Amino acid sequence: MIWVVALIVIMMLVAAVTVLLVRNHIAAVAAASLVSLLLSVLFALLRAPDVAMTEAAVGAGLSSVILALALRRLGLGRVKDA
Amino acid sequence: MMPIEVGTVLYAGAIGLVVVGIAGIVLSHHLFRIILALVIAEAGANLLLVLSGFRWEAIAPIITGGDAVQTMVDPVPQAMVLTSIVIGVGVQALALSLTLRAYGAYKTLDIRELQRRMSADLAGEAGTPLPQSLEEPVGGRPLPAAEGDGR
Repeated sequence: MIWVVALIVIMMLVAAVTVLLVRNHIAAVAAASLVSLLLSVLFALLRAPDVAMTEAAVGAGLSSVILALALRRLGLGRVKDA
Repeated sequence: MMPIEVGTVLYAGAIGLVVVGIAGIVLSHHLFRIILALVIAEAGANLLLVLSGFRWEAIAPIITGGDAVQTMVDPVPQAMVLTSIVIGVGVQALALSLTLRAYGAYKTLDIRELQRRMSADLAGEAGTPLPQSLEEPVGGRPLPAAEGDGR
């Protein structure tokens, strides 16, 4: 059990650092969405299934859609950006 | 050899997320990256709140109709986190809309450039000279034609 939790926590922290370091903005949004998704798995392990559902639907789904729409409006939404 | 507790790992993850998020807010120069860091810090705070009411031997706080009383995890922090997730998305949408307005007005998202142009605009509106440091001479940036235009 501890190995599952440790793996999820390490992946979450790596994704969080990736958000700050990667240059492409689409990749940063994807990494932030990955943080939310792994957090929802962790909530499900922590006996909070309702919070896990909400985090997966709102935190990982709706939030990424809002961020991606704002990126397109800002003109930064090109994938082939350095 | 002392085994690592699973609670220690979880608390380390939550505090690490908050630290990474706050570091991103403080150190980033790009406005969009600052919003992403805010989202990460908020996720860490949510995990910390859920962890505060958690015990490994307990079950999920759902009453299934049985009469056997079992230990449940604390449902109050979970309800608060449920609210906090939704409010976090609202705050994020508000910050993104303000970013869009700032981009529409100044065509840049670098916060130092934004701050420079905003203070220049404010000084131009108020008719006061632009507050500027003595070490950095005014370059070729577009200033309003006022008497505060050095050299």
